[in-house]
Amino acid sequence: MKKWTRRAFIGTGILASGALVIGVAIRPGNRSSKVAGLIAEEGETVMNIWLKISPDNTVTAIIPHAEMGQGVHTTLAMMLADEMDADWSKVKFMEAPADKEYANYVVAKGFIAGNKTFPKFLEGTIDGVFLTAVKSMNFQITGGSASVRFTGQQGMRIAGAAAKAMLLQAAADTWKVPVEELKAEKSIISHPASNQSTTFAELAQAAAKVKAPKQPRLKTPEEFTLMGTSQPRLDIPAKVTGAAKFGMDVVLPNMKYATIKAAPVFGAKVKTVNTSIPSDSEGVLKVLNLENAVAVVAEGYWQAKSALDRLNIEFESTENEGKSQDDIFNGYQMAMDKALEEESIEEHFRSGDAPTALSEAETIVEAEYQLPFLAHATMEPMNCTAWVHNGKCEIWCGSQNPLGAKAAVAEFLDISPEQVTVHNQLLGGGFGRRSETDVIKQAVAIAKEVDFPVKLIWSREEDTQHDVYREATISRMKAGLDQSGNPVAYSHQFLFKHHPPEAADIPYTVPNQLIQFTSPSSFVPWGNWRSVDHSVHGFLTESFIDELAFAAKKDPLAFRKNLTQDKPRFQKVLNLIQEKSDWNSPLPANWGRGIAIAQSFGSIVAEVAEVEVNVEGKVKVHRVVCVADAGFAIHPDGFKAQMESGIIYGLAAAMSGEITIENGAVAQSNFHDYQVTRMSDAPRIETYIINSGNPPGGAGEPSTPVIAPAVTNAIFNATGVRIRQLPISKTDLRVSIQQTT
Amino acid sequence: MINLTINGKEYPVEAPAGMPLLWVIREQCELTGTKFGCGIAQCGACTVHVDGQPIRSCITPASSVEGKNITTIEGIAPDENTLHIVQQAWIEEQTPQCGYCQSGQIMSAVALLNENPAPSDEEIEQAMSGNICRCGMYGRIKSAIKRASTALQASTSNPQLQ
Repeated sequence: MKKWTRRAFIGTGILASGALVIGVAIRPGNRSSKVAGLIAEEGETVMNIWLKISPDNTVTAIIPHAEMGQGVHTTLAMMLADEMDADWSKVKFMEAPADKEYANYVVAKGFIAGNKTFPKFLEGTIDGVFLTAVKSMNFQITGGSASVRFTGQQGMRIAGAAAKAMLLQAAADTWKVPVEELKAEKSIISHPASNQSTTFAELAQAAAKVKAPKQPRLKTPEEFTLMGTSQPRLDIPAKVTGAAKFGMDVVLPNMKYATIKAAPVFGAKVKTVNTSIPSDSEGVLKVLNLENAVAVVAEGYWQAKSALDRLNIEFESTENEGKSQDDIFNGYQMAMDKALEEESIEEHFRSGDAPTALSEAETIVEAEYQLPFLAHATMEPMNCTAWVHNGKCEIWCGSQNPLGAKAAVAEFLDISPEQVTVHNQLLGGGFGRRSETDVIKQAVAIAKEVDFPVKLIWSREEDTQHDVYREATISRMKAGLDQSGNPVAYSHQFLFKHHPPEAADIPYTVPNQLIQFTSPSSFVPWGNWRSVDHSVHGFLTESFIDELAFAAKKDPLAFRKNLTQDKPRFQKVLNLIQEKSDWNSPLPANWGRGIAIAQSFGSIVAEVAEVEVNVEGKVKVHRVVCVADAGFAIHPDGFKAQMESGIIYGLAAAMSGEITIENGAVAQSNFHDYQVTRMSDAPRIETYIINSGNPPGGAGEPSTPVIAPAVTNAIFNATGVRIRQLPISKTDLRVSIQQTT
Repeated sequence: MINLTINGKEYPVEAPAGMPLLWVIREQCELTGTKFGCGIAQCGACTVHVDGQPIRSCITPASSVEGKNITTIEGIAPDENTLHIVQQAWIEEQTPQCGYCQSGQIMSAVALLNENPAPSDEEIEQAMSGNICRCGMYGRIKSAIKRASTALQASTSNPQLQ
């Protein structure tokens, strides 16, 4: 919490367009005037870049993050309102405009503090120049489970506290009483000694003249009134009536619709297509050859889609055309062999002397793992509405990265970012997919060919086949145990080091470690998928440690506890899950219990899965117990909901999630062949949160990495079959059941 | 030109042969609460009621439902200021996350409770497994249906579901 003070240039108010405003900038420079123009309406007072006070005494929190179901608008508003002592019933929120003023400095700062390098989704957010982006603080990104951790902690809370300090000072000056005698409560400032009180709104103008505090005092957890409580989410009522507006729901005057078919083989281009309007298609306005895709513009989506389906499009052949999933995995094996042979493999982490320790170990355990490509499959298919007019461009979409979208559009059209307006909408699922700008650029490419706004809608098939995928990968793991079954050496060779870079680290005490990686080229587009590299390494580490426990003839939970004795947070989580999961209680025949634990995005999450494998080899996950050290859960029910969500998302991938490449293209197309978890397959989930007194951890991602290994470890417990290839559906478990029954 | 009756209101619409009801509802009637998710009746996001029965509007030709009573998410509340019992339960359980699938989930839940006011867990799972929620809120959806079921039985004198 002390970090911010070095850059807490809290400036004071200025006038903008006749309205009195207060600007409290959290970063250098006073930009309040411009910000006021973007967000304030007549009679409203901008308290700082993240809040404004209206004459009716409502406080509006201005949230620089997208809402994709994580409840961030509510949680961040709570953090601000709590520090400000605002009346929660009169707190509103609005999402910050995609403007440089809202560049999310604190998100970037959080990553600087936490990691040595930046995640991919922070790259290219402005003018494609990564370092410039870092220096210019051009971030407005929702990802990395960062909203509460960085924006909330270092932005919203300070904004609220600063606003309160200024209002208190204004009251003290007005009433000529010592500021220490004043009280702020529910958007009212009072002086009990003289029985005076007034609203925030009435003080706002006087507060504007007060010098802003350099370092407003933040509350201690004992003083919290909102943080740590589960306030009903502000976005939910509109989501049960159909009133909530997603990118898909944008309606503009004279708007038309488009849909698109990109070359099925990645990297291919359109060879021939007849772009004249087909005579047999009603309502078609335009057929466009976009080089690597063909788009149809029509009066409605269905007309566009029907016409597109009937078009005879020929694509050029490329070197990727004949490639299959086996070719990709074989290529990975060869790349790994070659990197080892040529000693070009890169080092991720080394301690002690793993090769020697392995050669001297009593027992060697060796395993190779394989994980598939995964699609995001957000409920809302990709879409973007664009309107290019008078040298300007407006877009309407749900983006995790509205500033990146703005920069991408400006670059694409070769206009200045000031000419681009991004109207960010609710996101029908993000999971990393909506931090990309591919669809937005397509929409703009179409819109610049017509003189009306056009809504580009991807079919589900397009969405499945032109995603940016969680990388498929292989890994080679080897460990040595001493005579007592303690691991003395650990070696891991993996592919692709993305983000977060520490994902391949292990939390376990092993004296000799050598973790290496190599990054072969891949023609399948890669992107951030919920929990990013932790989705890979959670499975690898937690499967392999389970193998070691088995080889050591130790209980898997006790084994983990024994190897994390230097990590009190892990010990606490493991102890609690042991109790809550009834770890030592007996299970019926063909049932099994498995555990996994991992730290990611500042939270430590353990899960115990209870599974049944029936005689047909079908796996049913009955129950998942989840224990999370959240540091401090600002919104406990929201945190729980995120744990539940991350578990089901990861479970869908573990059970059946697999994108495969055939003839250079994605073989799956829709929910019938890219199956996801449905209610009938969903386990009962019990979540327990530990507030350990550490800074708030992330919520959106940390429950995802551990569900796959918890389930496969449970399957091992039930059947003796170790699943080293995901998804689980690839393994025929019938034989195992016959053997064990 | 055909006439559709949606939420008790008449909509004259242009629906060429084969055009799914979904796109007519969304684009011509501008009732955007009903969502496009898959286009092949796999995800349930487009669920609406036709004469009280839940159907997937993404594969139902608009021309086939002319003269029938179509109800969308915008039409289930008893009046402008009152939510349907199921919608209320959804808020109380804090069910939605991203919310995109929820119109379809609620429409399936309302149809289930109309048919079976006190469904068992298995009956809920059976009725709801055609509706995908990628945010994975199945536990909360189930709890909300049970809550609505309880509320419904407590208010049999006030049958909002009819």
